[in-house]
Amino acid sequence: MLNVGKIEEGFVLDHIQAGKSLTLYYNLGLDKKDCTVAMIMNAKSGKMGKKDILKVECDIDDLNMDILAVVDHNITVNVVKDGEIVEKKELVLPKEITNVFKCKNPRCITSIEQGLPHIFVLADEKKEIYRCKYCEEKYKQRVKTVVQ
Amino acid sequence: MRHLMSPLDFSVKELDDLFNLANDIEKNPKKYAHACEGLKMATCFYEPSTRTRLSFEAAMLNLGGSVLGFSDANSSSAAKGESVSDTIRVISCYADICAMRHPKEGAPMVAASKSRIPVINAGDGGHQHPTQTLTDLLTIRSMKGRLGDFTIGLCGDLKFGRTVHSLINALMRYEGIHFVFISPEELKIPDYITEKLKEAGITYEEVISLEDVMPKLDLLYMTRVQRERFFNEEDYVRLKDFYILTPDKMEKAKTDMLVLHPLPRVNEISVEIDDDPRAAYFKQAQYGVYVRMALILTLLDIQVTE
Repeated sequence: MLNVGKIEEGFVLDHIQAGKSLTLYYNLGLDKKDCTVAMIMNAKSGKMGKKDILKVECDIDDLNMDILAVVDHNITVNVVKDGEIVEKKELVLPKEITNVFKCKNPRCITSIEQGLPHIFVLADEKKEIYRCKYCEEKYKQRVKTVVQ
Repeated sequence: MRHLMSPLDFSVKELDDLFNLANDIEKNPKKYAHACEGLKMATCFYEPSTRTRLSFEAAMLNLGGSVLGFSDANSSSAAKGESVSDTIRVISCYADICAMRHPKEGAPMVAASKSRIPVINAGDGGHQHPTQTLTDLLTIRSMKGRLGDFTIGLCGDLKFGRTVHSLINALMRYEGIHFVFISPEELKIPDYITEKLKEAGITYEEVISLEDVMPKLDLLYMTRVQRERFFNEEDYVRLKDFYILTPDKMEKAKTDMLVLHPLPRVNEISVEIDDDPRAAYFKQAQYGVYVRMALILTLLDIQVTE
């Protein structure tokens, strides 16, 4: 049994689909932040069989909930203060998400127009489909995070 | 200030008003001959399109206005690397309304967001071509007397044809329409469109034979198989003449069925049909001018009373 200690302040992301935590690490831009991250992969889960967990020690305002919701809104977000879970945040799909994902359609105006924000709009809430605001191309998982 | 990016930007009621205006223009062209006097339309065409550009220019000239612009990206500042946002800011200083065609999808929307004048999407890549859809709707409404309660056959390239997708989306807002999708297996209508129809409770059928369904159609919308959409020339050659509308097929059709085509036509409609009173495709081109005139007046908020 592997033990990872408590964090003092930050967040614990639980119920991440097994194997997805590394993608999430990059999607959230944690590689560019000055914070300590513990990545637990393939942990046993009664609900999911196997799951990943991310423990991030940082300012709680640093977490972009919109990105989390788009990537997987089933993730449980626990906010930690003074070593204790003080809040569980519910993830809601944002109506619009800006400069997080890049449109991959080579015919989209975002591929040539400088300084144009990459905006995805929630086109179908039931099916969780996002489309590029400009060309209406469907957002597919595993798109690269926009380099800021 | 309003722009036109997609045919769905206008409500059904607004479209009715637009089409009523277009029909009035058709009946009384002189009444509108000076409506846009002193006003200028910029036609910014980043890729060649003779038909659409001339239709816009004819529309503005018919209204007494003037036109300026460019007809391909090489003769514009885009060749020097200017962004669409910058170009439209400058064009806003020169003209009162702009029609833009661009190979990049969403370019007219970017222009509209920075523009001080109304922008009309005159086609953006394989994405939208709203004035073609408005033309199709006006033609159907004017020649059939209604937009609804009919069986429409869409034939040819239903996979890549943006005019077809756009027309289906626009017609979905009207009652009593049954769609018949006629295409080879390789050019079938995309699933996301049929799913949308199912969700909306709209009936449709998918067939390969045009001949078999001819007797039931009130409208037949023919399309060209576009060479530029194929990666492989062999597939194009095999499919390009899959459907050819000939006089013997027309014999099986209703006497008041209309044949529509966004043009240009290649082989898919035999020239022998051109004189058939049911051939509506050249009238459709004429309606394209009327609907663009009505659109210019609407976006510029010009009312003509006498």
